[in-house]
Amino acid sequence: MPKILYSKDHEYIRVDGDTGIVGITDYAQSQLGDVVFVELPLIGKNVDKGAEAAVVESVKAASGVNAPVSGEVIEINRALEETPAVVNEDPAGKGWFMKLKLSNPSELDALMDEAAYGAYVQTLG
Amino acid sequence: MRYLPLTSEDRSDMLARIGASGVDAFFSDIPAEKRLAQTLDLPLRKSEMEVSRLLSGLGAKNTAAGSVPFFVGAGAYKHHIPASVDHLIQRSEFLTSYTPYQPEIAQGTLQYIFEFQTQVAALTGMDVANASMYDGSTATVEAVLMAHRITGKRKAVLSGGLHPHYAETVRTFSHMTGDASTALPPDVFATENMGAMIDADTSCVVVQTPDVFGNLRDLSPLAEICKAKGALLIAVFTEAVSLGLVTPPGAMGADIVAGEGQSIGNSLNFGGPYVGLFAAKARYLRQIPGRLCGETLDAEGRRGFVLTLSTREQHIKRDKATSNICTNSGLCCLAFTIHMTLLGEAGLRRLARINHANAVDLADRLGAVSGVEVLNKTFFNEFTIRVPCDGAELIERLAEKGVLGGVPVSRLLPGRGLDDLILVASSEVNTPDDRAAYAQALRGAL
Repeated sequence: MPKILYSKDHEYIRVDGDTGIVGITDYAQSQLGDVVFVELPLIGKNVDKGAEAAVVESVKAASGVNAPVSGEVIEINRALEETPAVVNEDPAGKGWFMKLKLSNPSELDALMDEAAYGAYVQTLG
Repeated sequence: MRYLPLTSEDRSDMLARIGASGVDAFFSDIPAEKRLAQTLDLPLRKSEMEVSRLLSGLGAKNTAAGSVPFFVGAGAYKHHIPASVDHLIQRSEFLTSYTPYQPEIAQGTLQYIFEFQTQVAALTGMDVANASMYDGSTATVEAVLMAHRITGKRKAVLSGGLHPHYAETVRTFSHMTGDASTALPPDVFATENMGAMIDADTSCVVVQTPDVFGNLRDLSPLAEICKAKGALLIAVFTEAVSLGLVTPPGAMGADIVAGEGQSIGNSLNFGGPYVGLFAAKARYLRQIPGRLCGETLDAEGRRGFVLTLSTREQHIKRDKATSNICTNSGLCCLAFTIHMTLLGEAGLRRLARINHANAVDLADRLGAVSGVEVLNKTFFNEFTIRVPCDGAELIERLAEKGVLGGVPVSRLLPGRGLDDLILVASSEVNTPDDRAAYAQALRGAL
């Protein structure tokens, strides 16, 4: 059973063994508004925890999507290039951004579980 | 407006604030031998009339481009500019306005930018063009940086036919960004094998056609090799009028096109301001630098123009922007657009044919001079000759005879053993008499 963890920057990672699928949370997509463009990293790129790995543009803003943990990009969701709106429709499912091969799984310990993230979002009003 | 220079009190206040003991201490980073030992001996004051007389006298010492038979090119070309171009660009709505930032204000400015982009895209055979860059060399740099972003690689391979100033500009930027650039040796006869230079780290190859020696290059085979090896093909030109006659880079498979637009609508201007043309394939739209204007419909369904995809730009995206260029060459781009509109497609083709015909005639005349050899198999309106002496000295002797005969290659590429080569350009402004005068002066000077 893969576990889902969350960052304070509103990215999630669905961890499965030594890989994880990264996307933005439902809260993040609701704050961004209609997503019109997603810029994804190249496969093979090494990303550091907290560093910008992708860019999401909505009608309101252009924002960076940070890697919640460090790793190598091994897969990207090319469907977003054609239909970025799935980030709004299904952020936790079809709206995923990239798959990482984790380089330092202990970094996962610093992330929040679903309950903690839910409480965190509550504090943001 | 009053001009208020610094008082000595201002100066000492400022020096005290930054902690420098005096002006000399402030400039201590500049090596002593580079500094003036004593104050320049300039007259303290002159009347407007005196200044005008003095400067006119100095100016009269120059042999100006329009005053004698003129064959200088090498990246800046003298063409006829209709008087209507200068008249129209001096309308204050155009002349005084800066590049637009509010997306939909200034419809007139936005419309000419949109038309400019449309013209550049059509000329280059590309899907999309931006609202212009500073000049051809910086447009080339932006193309290289864009290729690095797209491919994730950081090495540019520069053709030996690329204008040396363009190669130098790329090298300057690469030095600051930490990217690699490999410049091939001067390629007078367009025989280099660029495909073989592409390795796994190569993001792009940069090739100019017509190249700096005037040769036309078929980029199609190189485009295939680039595609196979995962590098982008950047096509460069310095003479936009050539696009009225030669196959556009887009039709030869270029991914990005960067060029100089000066020769349409803009005079020589001492080397600037010029207007950089920049175009790319649609799939790279999001990585394009600079301003982009789009066509749309307003709330009432009327045609209108807006700045678009501004999230690429520095004033929105700060350090994540595609470029630190947040402006365009507004007035030069307008002059280009007006001149191009006056020419139309048929007019541009005709202008290009006249340029080529004049250059062919000149090549025939110069090639007939004993000891002079025209090196090009192909050219548009500029070609390279080999002379039996030092090219730079010959150009001086020609100038004494009242002919500005071109650019010695040694001026662009000093110390490369190319001192007997001269770049010669001939546009529609040359008359048969001008060309005959050149051939005659050349016979006399050799």
